[in-house]
Amino acid sequence: MTTTPHTDNASELAQMFSAYVPSIEGRDVVTIRPRYGLMIDGVERPAREERTFPTIEPGTGDHLADVAEADAGDVDDAVAAARQAYENGWRDLPGRTRAKYLFRLARLLQDRSREFAVLESIDGGKPIRESRDIDVPLAAAHLFHHAGWADKLEYAVPGMSARSLGVVGQIIPWNFPLLMATWKIGPALACGNTVVLKPAETTPLTALLLAELIAEADFPPGVVNVITGPGTTGAALAAHPGLDKVAFTGSTGVGKSILRALAGTATRLTLELGGKGANIVFDDAALDQTVEGIVDGIFFNQGHVCCAGSRLLVQEGVADELMGRLRRRIELLRVGDPLDKNTDVGAINSAAQLERIRGFVDAAEADGCQIDQTSGPLPERGFFFPPTIVSGLGGSEAIAREEVFGPVLAVQTFRTEAEAVAKANATRYGLSAGVWTEKGSRILWMSQRLRAGVVWANCFNQLDPTSPFGGVKESGFGREGGRQGLAEYLALAPVSA
Amino acid sequence: MISLGRDTRSTLLTGSLVGHPIRVAAVDGYALEQRAARLSSRSIKRESKAAGLELAARCIDLTTLEGADTPGKVRALCARALHPDPDDPTMAPVAAVCVYGALVAAARAALGDAPVNVASVAGAFPSGQSHLSERLEEIRRAVADGADEIDIVLNRGALLAGHLDVVHDEVAASKEAAGPAHLKTILETAELGSYETVRLASMIAMAAGSDVIKTSTGKLPVGATPAVALCMAEAIREFAEQTGQVVGLKLAGGIRTSKQALGYLVIVAETLGSEAITPDRFRLGASTLLNDIVLQRRFARTGRYGRTHDLPVD
Repeated sequence: MTTTPHTDNASELAQMFSAYVPSIEGRDVVTIRPRYGLMIDGVERPAREERTFPTIEPGTGDHLADVAEADAGDVDDAVAAARQAYENGWRDLPGRTRAKYLFRLARLLQDRSREFAVLESIDGGKPIRESRDIDVPLAAAHLFHHAGWADKLEYAVPGMSARSLGVVGQIIPWNFPLLMATWKIGPALACGNTVVLKPAETTPLTALLLAELIAEADFPPGVVNVITGPGTTGAALAAHPGLDKVAFTGSTGVGKSILRALAGTATRLTLELGGKGANIVFDDAALDQTVEGIVDGIFFNQGHVCCAGSRLLVQEGVADELMGRLRRRIELLRVGDPLDKNTDVGAINSAAQLERIRGFVDAAEADGCQIDQTSGPLPERGFFFPPTIVSGLGGSEAIAREEVFGPVLAVQTFRTEAEAVAKANATRYGLSAGVWTEKGSRILWMSQRLRAGVVWANCFNQLDPTSPFGGVKESGFGREGGRQGLAEYLALAPVSA
Repeated sequence: MISLGRDTRSTLLTGSLVGHPIRVAAVDGYALEQRAARLSSRSIKRESKAAGLELAARCIDLTTLEGADTPGKVRALCARALHPDPDDPTMAPVAAVCVYGALVAAARAALGDAPVNVASVAGAFPSGQSHLSERLEEIRRAVADGADEIDIVLNRGALLAGHLDVVHDEVAASKEAAGPAHLKTILETAELGSYETVRLASMIAMAAGSDVIKTSTGKLPVGATPAVALCMAEAIREFAEQTGQVVGLKLAGGIRTSKQALGYLVIVAETLGSEAITPDRFRLGASTLLNDIVLQRRFARTGRYGRTHDLPVD
């Protein structure tokens, strides 16, 4: 443009602006106690053996609190409390009364959304922007959605009468601690079941705060019991003979062991396991939005997402251009303090997970793959890993086949639709896939052939309580959300004409 | 003569002044809006906020485009452009004043050699619905009267009727008529119907030689929006990649608050880089925005929220 003299220090101002000085969400909204107990039968108490385990803040590596470690005896107590609550009231409450409790809980969660968001980011490491804008609002949405179903269950599955199952054991992962808790308890309670919930070892705090909220919402004691502990606690719960159903979200390895433990029993089971989702980009895609979708697909929640788009399949004619844009784009990602409102990528959930991710990327490097990472400095404390793109893959490398569960994208190319489908399906997993194209008929053709529980078209990681979510193949079975998700918590019988 | 073709990937614009085909990428409106909303939610504080407000003020084209405009009104506007905050002589001037063609001479006289440009709307603003020869004459006259920058309107009628060659050639003729003055082409995005059309119009306007592409006239209920700003910034980025030519962006219409302005700075900086938010490449067409920025600066300085009654009326 012409001479505009007042450009003197404009570029310094522009850089100072673009640096976004830290904008830290205050911690004072949460109170983290030094010790947490188990929530059984409406009472918080230590574990029988009084054992505890620490929970760590991933953003700093600091010790946050000691949490009760439940053993088999505590599991017995929790299941007994849930059974008692089921048989002595919850089962026989009218649907509208169960709805009242769930609506109340959803509203309380909204009222205290900031507290939950901050605690989730402190205990889990995810950016406050995500816990504030995605995790907590979606958690409330799931409770509202299922509250609405509680008095309409006879319409959930046409032609079938519906009644509750009984006592449900629910084991949830560390990537969406609060959201997964509400995905689990929402449909279970709406359908008239009682619950023993076991949050992940590294992220127990928001589930325990939710338990306090459940008490505040005046749920009858024992309807929701929360027990904390490591994998052995989860194993004891999953195998407990007092359960009518087990719902597990987590790794495929643990899912298989639960499946083995429950084989031949009457306990129903749903599993939502790992994934290696393919994000498939055709050469006619709206590239600017596609780049954003790829970034959201793999770097959302540090890639700790079972349905992450961790494999990028890009059509050869557009591969160079797309990769150039993608490399430039990841440089803009702001990695750092989870409580900074401008952080895009937060902390890896645990030291162990950080090691696992490093192992995958180091192996890919040793295999001769090209590694592109963001160049900015990472915080000195806490568990951080730079957003990473791995290209030059043959397809047989571990990083192209295994679930990394971190901010690591594995890139391959394809030439035709058929090749894209073949490569996308060449995995033991089948949770998610994405198709990026401006051609509607191609979206339909692809989605009919992709073996995945969800296929997103020109978007990724879009979750909604009305939409059933779940996997095929080794990504598990059963659905959560929508009417299909309700059916998993109901005993259905045909209605005679 | 320009026309649209296709290869397997996208629409191609051929026959423009650029001389080689230009790719016009598809736009997914839902994803575009989501991205724009997320960028707008950046939390800009302290030093970054101060720098952003300083920049936003310097990028303003302080505008009056009313039937009731007079030389006196324009003189007051020019005084304000030079000294945005009468209480703070250190506050830098805005980028330009923007007036109707008949008032360019008054603005030029008021500003003299001061470091503020005179911008003039021209070419049957805001509709563009008059004969090309008259529109070009308007441009020449404004430049002759001393305008440094000319804001024209794109021929939306021709665009929507599919006469892309008319759209292109008119902009190219306007560029020629503007001579040494810089040409800002207003797309009036609210009339274009889709983000794809915004993208296409952006590419045509740039291919025909516009120095700046601009969202809106400010005469419709809907002006600049975050998604439109992002869409046009992405078009500018793609045009630069294909031609090496760096085109500026002007957002106008409905930008009244500091918070909005900071949100737009985020969108442009994260799309085109921080070098794209200086007054030589970025403008905000506004009038009341300046008062809000002045109040924000006073608050930062004094810790008290000021009131508007002691600000100059312009």
